[in-house]
Amino acid sequence: MNQNDPEIVERLQSQFPDALQSVAAIDQPTLQVGLPDLLRVMTFLRDEQKYKMCLDVLVVDYLPTHPRFEVVYHLYEPWKHARIRIKTRVAINQSVPSVTPLWPGANWPEREAYDLFGIVFEGHPDLRRIYLPDDWDGHPLRKDYPMTGTRID
Amino acid sequence: MGLNPAQKEAEKSLLLTTVEKMGRWAQKSSVWPATFGLACCAIEMMSVTNSRYDLARFGAEVFRASPRQADLMIVAGRVSQKMAPVLRTIWEQMPEPKWVISMGACASSGGVFDNYAIIQGVDHVVPVDIYVPGCPPNPEALMFGILKLQEQIMKGIPPKYQRLAMEAQTP
Repeated sequence: MNQNDPEIVERLQSQFPDALQSVAAIDQPTLQVGLPDLLRVMTFLRDEQKYKMCLDVLVVDYLPTHPRFEVVYHLYEPWKHARIRIKTRVAINQSVPSVTPLWPGANWPEREAYDLFGIVFEGHPDLRRIYLPDDWDGHPLRKDYPMTGTRID
Repeated sequence: MGLNPAQKEAEKSLLLTTVEKMGRWAQKSSVWPATFGLACCAIEMMSVTNSRYDLARFGAEVFRASPRQADLMIVAGRVSQKMAPVLRTIWEQMPEPKWVISMGACASSGGVFDNYAIIQGVDHVVPVDIYVPGCPPNPEALMFGILKLQEQIMKGIPPKYQRLAMEAQTP
C-alpha cells in the first residue's frame, strides 16, 4: 500500500529553495509551505509532478498559538499511487489563495473549511456555507465556539 | 315473548354503537405514518413493518411518502437545526387530525448530542403526542407507542396540538 514517492521532497526543495520545510510524518511525505508560496508550489505539483487529484482540504485550529490555523492539503498522484501532504499556517485575519482553479475537486472541501472554520479562500468561485444554514452565526469547529448546544427550555 | 325470524336474524348480525365511537375506531385502525427517518431509529422504524413484527396487524403499516396522505409523523432520529424548518413544514402539510410520535432519546431530548447542531427535543418544533424512550427503541417499543396512541384516539383524547390550542384559549 505504501507506494509514496519520498524523492518528491528533494525535488520540491531544489525547485523552491528556502520555501519549504519537511515535517516528520509516518505515512506520507509532508511539507510545510509559507502562505505566499502556496500557489506556486501547488501549480508545480500539479503540472510538473502529476499530482492530478486534490483529495481533501482540512483545517486545524491551534488556538493559543499565533498563526492560529493550519490548512492541510492532501494530493494524490494516480500513476504511482503517491500521496503528499502540504501544510500552511494562516492567521485569523489572513485569507488563503484558493486551489479550486487548479483542482475543481477542491471546491466543496474549501467551502466546508469556510463553513466550519471561517477560512476565506481568495479566488474561490462560490464561497458559500455548505453544511449549515445560510444565516448561521459563527464557525462551529473553531476552538472558541461553545461546546454544548443551547438548551431552549 | 318470542322473536320473529327477522328479529332473530338481526340479533345475530348487528352490533350497536355510536357514530362517534365507530368513527374513532376507524381512525385508530388506520393510522398511516409519514416516513420521517432521520438516523438509526429509522432502521427500527422500518423493521417494525416487516413480517416478524408486522405492524399491519394494527393498521399502521402504510408508510406514506407524501405528508398529505399521512395521519402520524414518527420522528425517528436526531433533528438538526437545518432539518427543523423542513420537519415543521412537513408537519403543517399533513391533514388534520394529526399526531406525532417522538421516537428515541435524540428526538425526545437531544440524547447524547448536546451540541450546536441538534435540536434538544423535537417538541420545540412540533407538538408531540407520544414519546418512545430508547436508544434506539426496539420495534416492540415503537409498536407499544403506536398502541398507546390508538388508545388515546379510542378514548377521544384530541391530538396534542388541539389540546395546546384549547389551553391557549381558556383564560
